[in-house]
Amino acid sequence: MSGDGDFPGLFSRFWAMLVKEFLQLRRDRVTLATMITVPLMQLLLFGYAINTTPRHLPTAVMLQESSDVGRSILAALRNSDFFDIRKVVSSEVEFDHLLQSGEVLFVVEIPANFERSLRRGDTPALLVAADATDPVASGSALSALGSLVKTALTRDRFTPVQDDAPPAFEIRSHARYNPAGSSQLNIVPGLLGTILTMTMLIYTALSVTREVERGTMESLLAMPIGPTEIMMGKIAPYLLVGLIQATLIVGAGYIAFGVPVIGSLTLLSLLSLLFIAANLSIGYTFSTVAQNQLQAMQMAIMFFLPNILLSGFAFPFAGMPAWAQWIGECLPVTHYIRIVRGIMLKGSGMEDLRVDALWLTGLMLLAMLVAIRRFRQTLD
Amino acid sequence: MTASVAPGSDIAIDVRGLTKSFGGRAVVKNLSMRVRRGQIYGFLGPNGSGKTTTIRMLCGLLTPDSGEGTCLGYNILTESRKIKRHVGYMTQRFSLYQDLSIRENLEFVARVFGLRDPAGAARASIDRLGLAGRETQLAAELSGGWKQRLALGACILPSPDLLLLDEPTAGVDPKARREFWNEIHALAADGLTVLVSTHYMDEAERCHEIAYIAYGELLARGTVDEVVAGAGLTTWRVTGDELQALSIKLAATPGVDMVAPFGASLHVGGRDAAALERAIAPHRSDASLRWTRDEPSLEDVFIDLMTRAKDNFQ
Ligand SMILES: Nc1ncnc2c1ncn2[C@@H]1O[C@H](COP(=O)(O)OP(=O)(O)OP(=O)(O)O)[C@@H](O)[C@H]1O
Ligand SMILES: [Mg+2]
Repeated sequence: MSGDGDFPGLFSRFWAMLVKEFLQLRRDRVTLATMITVPLMQLLLFGYAINTTPRHLPTAVMLQESSDVGRSILAALRNSDFFDIRKVVSSEVEFDHLLQSGEVLFVVEIPANFERSLRRGDTPALLVAADATDPVASGSALSALGSLVKTALTRDRFTPVQDDAPPAFEIRSHARYNPAGSSQLNIVPGLLGTILTMTMLIYTALSVTREVERGTMESLLAMPIGPTEIMMGKIAPYLLVGLIQATLIVGAGYIAFGVPVIGSLTLLSLLSLLFIAANLSIGYTFSTVAQNQLQAMQMAIMFFLPNILLSGFAFPFAGMPAWAQWIGECLPVTHYIRIVRGIMLKGSGMEDLRVDALWLTGLMLLAMLVAIRRFRQTLD
Repeated sequence: MTASVAPGSDIAIDVRGLTKSFGGRAVVKNLSMRVRRGQIYGFLGPNGSGKTTTIRMLCGLLTPDSGEGTCLGYNILTESRKIKRHVGYMTQRFSLYQDLSIRENLEFVARVFGLRDPAGAARASIDRLGLAGRETQLAAELSGGWKQRLALGACILPSPDLLLLDEPTAGVDPKARREFWNEIHALAADGLTVLVSTHYMDEAERCHEIAYIAYGELLARGTVDEVVAGAGLTTWRVTGDELQALSIKLAATPGVDMVAPFGASLHVGGRDAAALERAIAPHRSDASLRWTRDEPSLEDVFIDLMTRAKDNFQ
């Protein structure tokens, strides 16, 4: 017989658990069927836009000249609820990085000589770059920008007051990443995140309580196997299941809605696995806290609701109040949606997604730690 | 079989003052017991008396509220992980995986215990259990008796030093029960210690020693003969007509502690031999009845212990 904490023994026990879970999963035809049908059905059913007016869009302003007009426009943007000016930059490189990393969704560029052209009546152009991976948000922000700047310039008497005067400037917008503004482009990454969250949570939320209810926990606990091996063995098979589901959704998203994957598929798979593991760990934690399968199910659903509402899936993240954003930050799906939008639509690399990947890792480890500590090793 | 620690000790189970309550109700009270290695130790008592609870405390599945002791030389409070490695626990209710086949269940156990060749160990166990040919059958599809046999097979698969069997033969036919006990005796002869709970008197008599527990309290222990002698019960056997009417009359007479029909006769017992004689004296002159002195059976003793315990606690 093997020693107590030795690695081969640990691995053998983990392997025992994993094989057992796989065999049980294989015999569970209902679960097998829903594993494939549920994600596909949801993707097709919810593949529609959810329309909302954004507020507090994270925005950067690129000032190419230092002028009164520029300051006036900046002040108008700062005073508006639509925009939330995060940075004022002056270089092209900074500007690109801000958009790429998702730190801002909007960059307003006031080009050099804007004030002089305006005074001369040359109708100069304000340049706007929008991250259109969230087309609903960026679309309405674009239209808001026009009237905002116009009002500001009139008020500060840079342009005449008459209503019928020809426009003193124009807005030249450049929608990045999703020029067509297709809403499915935005919905598919969101659905990928929420569908995976739901299915993964439920698979593991039931796993420990099921053993308790079927009475098999008594035998299991009487054997020399610890909470860590049990947890790992129960999570591992579903990593594969989750990856299959993710593949199905991404594949169906491409076939049905033409949503491409611009970035690296490998990176997408790796970070998806991380996200799947995080959700499995959270579901497993519920399983160790709940008294029975019903309770575990209820916990999973309670947790699932904010995942839909506060993750930036249903409503633009930037438009939510700060407290809601804080809750959102603590949900794996929020970070995953950013990751997926980044990789699929913007071609972002690991460099841009570092922070979100770290969040996922942290949340996963936290859940695992709670689960191991909460796991009841006796029948008391 | 790996000899596990307990330096120089031939005691497999040694616990003192075990107490356990559920929701404020004491289910096991101040229980002490000692089981020697290689012994088959019977654990008897009425339903709800705390047998399962005690067994669970021995293998670390329940934490005693108070009390202490060792199992195979390991502290039951602090070393349950080590205990689990050397103990095979067969639960009262079947608790292997119903949706796994016989072989898959056995291989799972073999892997958890870290056996070198889980597939080989499972195969050997299947042959030993006489389950060859049905190893791919799901556990859920087995009859009750076969489930018990599979559960025992899973317990002895990792070559434990101690078996804790909780009513292993409930619902098993007589032939299978006899084979079961032959197997247990063979294992004990190899040095395995067995603690087995049961409600069957004939099984109690197959044990080297027994302990009787009622309402959480250990009331008697020792060999069957010691327990019977220790009860200090005097019994008479009556045969004749109208035994039913007599049984009702006797049960109400002071000095008679126990009346039980026994085939075509009646067992009448009392703890005070003189009082019992006085109680039955009026009926001894009845020509239709024949009275003989008899040895109390183990069942007589248990029923008497149980009635006495009931009088004390309820
Ligand atoms: N987990 C628990 N929670 C609450 N009460 C419990 C629990 N486990 C056992 N009990 C109670 O403790 C008492 C003793 O139960 P136990 O299972 O130990 O009896 P037993 O001697 O094994 O009985 P049986 O012969 O019927 O198997 C019973 O009254 C039971 O209701
Ligand atoms: Mg019991």
